[in-house]
Amino acid sequence: MFKNLTALLKYRPLIQAMVVRDLKARYRGSVLGFFWSFINPLLLLLVYTFVFRYVLPSRQPNLDPYALFLFVGILPWTWFSSSILESSNVLIAGGNLIKKVMFPAEVLPIVNVLANMVHFFLGLPILVGFLIYYRTPLQFSELVWFPVVVLVQLVLTLGLALVVSALTVHFRDLKDILSNLVTFWFFATPIIYSMQDAPPIGKTFLNMNPFTHLAVSYQELLFYPGNFGHYKWLIALGFASVLLFLAGYYLFNRLRDTFAEEV
Amino acid sequence: MNAIEVIDVTKTYRKYARRKQFATIKSAILSGTLVNDLNPDETFQALKSVSFAVPQGCTFGIVGRNGSGKSTALKVVAGITKPTTGTVAVEGRISALIELGAGFHPEISGRENVFINGIMLGLSKREITRRFDEIVEFAELEDFIDAPVKTYSSGMYMRLGFAVAIHVDPDVLLIDEVLAVGDEAFTHKCLDKFAEFRRRNKTVLLVTHSLNLVERFCDEALWLNEGRARAMGDPRRVVSAYITDVEKQEERHMASADAKAKAAVEQRDGSTASVSELAPSAAASSPPASRLSPAAEAEAREAAPDMFQAAEGRWGSREGEITAVELIGEDGQPAHVFYSGERVQIRLGLKAATPVTDFVVGIGIFNVDGVCAFGTNTNIEELKADRLEGEGRVTFTVDALDLVAGTYKLDVALHKLDGYPYDYHRLLYSFRVKSRTQDAGIYRPRHSWAFDGGVTFKERVSTP
Repeated sequence: MFKNLTALLKYRPLIQAMVVRDLKARYRGSVLGFFWSFINPLLLLLVYTFVFRYVLPSRQPNLDPYALFLFVGILPWTWFSSSILESSNVLIAGGNLIKKVMFPAEVLPIVNVLANMVHFFLGLPILVGFLIYYRTPLQFSELVWFPVVVLVQLVLTLGLALVVSALTVHFRDLKDILSNLVTFWFFATPIIYSMQDAPPIGKTFLNMNPFTHLAVSYQELLFYPGNFGHYKWLIALGFASVLLFLAGYYLFNRLRDTFAEEV
Repeated sequence: MNAIEVIDVTKTYRKYARRKQFATIKSAILSGTLVNDLNPDETFQALKSVSFAVPQGCTFGIVGRNGSGKSTALKVVAGITKPTTGTVAVEGRISALIELGAGFHPEISGRENVFINGIMLGLSKREITRRFDEIVEFAELEDFIDAPVKTYSSGMYMRLGFAVAIHVDPDVLLIDEVLAVGDEAFTHKCLDKFAEFRRRNKTVLLVTHSLNLVERFCDEALWLNEGRARAMGDPRRVVSAYITDVEKQEERHMASADAKAKAAVEQRDGSTASVSELAPSAAASSPPASRLSPAAEAEAREAAPDMFQAAEGRWGSREGEITAVELIGEDGQPAHVFYSGERVQIRLGLKAATPVTDFVVGIGIFNVDGVCAFGTNTNIEELKADRLEGEGRVTFTVDALDLVAGTYKLDVALHKLDGYPYDYHRLLYSFRVKSRTQDAGIYRPRHSWAFDGGVTFKERVSTP
């Protein structure tokens, strides 16, 4: 397994080329092209702001400006949820590669997660625009923590993507289960509401959700003033994510030989 | 040194076809086969303890019928699937031409696809940049390389895929029936590329149905049959053993097709026979006879009119009957496949319960288009019928079956001089003629060429 993991490093140029290809192909032929990566989160933000400001107005004054609060959570969530959802299909969609070419299958979910990460990065300038517009004070230490949060999220997402992609090959129902699960997961994560507003029982429950700690970390870094108090949770999640990634890779490796026959 | 070593490899696939036939789990439970269906012994062995070794620099061909395990063998060597048992060892960089352009993304340009495909096949970006022009030139796509691949024709797509794969510069090249990707000129270019591979002492494993290619290019060959190695070694020997087997198979196939046609007709005949017993007059005016115009009746002496019926069938009053029809080849055995120019006999068994004196025995050979290649009968050949009583045998000998390659159908008939049929077998028997040459038409007369003066020819050219 560790031999395979080191081989992953060798696939770097392949992964890089495929991520670029994915990004190019995604918007090829559309008029706005890459701008969609900016426009999509903006439109999403508009919808949520409208809903939670005018349709279901939120009464928490600590969530002001609400648009910024939402955006800080939704941007990483979009990366996470699209990665997981798309991962369920990557091996099946890439069946030709697995069946007909000697192709390292794990590259497919990895490329998918990375391509979605690039979209996340492309959304960041909008976030920066918001931060400047609302004149949110940022501390230097918080800027240092930000890449750490992104890294933890990356490892967590990669681990889950490996598990999901490998299992879906054998258990196709997973694709439909996931699309429902992800919706539930979204509301079970403090993205449209804040952690403090959750009832005590809800808090215990929310703490078991790994993405809670990512969302709260982003919010503490970028939205709330004051120091980053959530770092203990983040570091714990970081270790858990590494373990999950290794377990996911182990599972992927075990199932690898069956892919060529099952996809 | 062996570049490829396959030792005692067995590959077992699970079969799903049967399980899918059940629409619901309920029906599976009701029929009590659910447990059976999930049983892992529902398997299919694509390879059964196959072993072979390919020395470095050797071109090795694998032949065999569809479904014999050729492609599985190639995939196992390529490492795309793992053998269930046994071991596979390959030395050096492999490039597998199993499906061309498998990694192409339709939305992006040929140029970008070349780079990504090259990286997938193990080249570095610099290596691809260096070979890029060569690849595009080989694929003959200079004008289209910046267009998205989805706009390519299938030939362009395949050519580009082939060009990339072949420029990977592998030590071991695996090829699965992909030579037929272009026009004649492109095929020649591919063959030249192979020759170059051989010169540079690279190892090639070739799976193909083109036996000619195996004979011409391979140093060694393997014949797989139903997952087992049937023969290995000198390609000529292996190919000829394979061809012999295919002919036998074809022979069996044609025999069973004939039997089926006959059975179908007999069944149909059985029902009409009972009708004709009820109305004997219907039998007397059998359809072909009743259709005869006076002019045609005059012609009836030349050929039985039934010959022009389109569909196969069997009819007649059965006062005299053809009980057996056999085609016999040079070895004296009944056969359905012959070589052009072979001596062939058509043997008929005749029977008459009551003596018949007015009878003609006729034979017609038709090609698949329904064109009569040859037809004759005892009357045309001025043999005067005397008596048919009890059982007898007629042997019609063709000294040399000078037909071009193809499938032919046979009519045999026993009828009265005026055409009234006793027993007419229309297109019920088929046979195949094989030939080493690809000439056209129906008839292949014995012939030769001679050249004088300014007309000269070189030695024979052999085409792939």
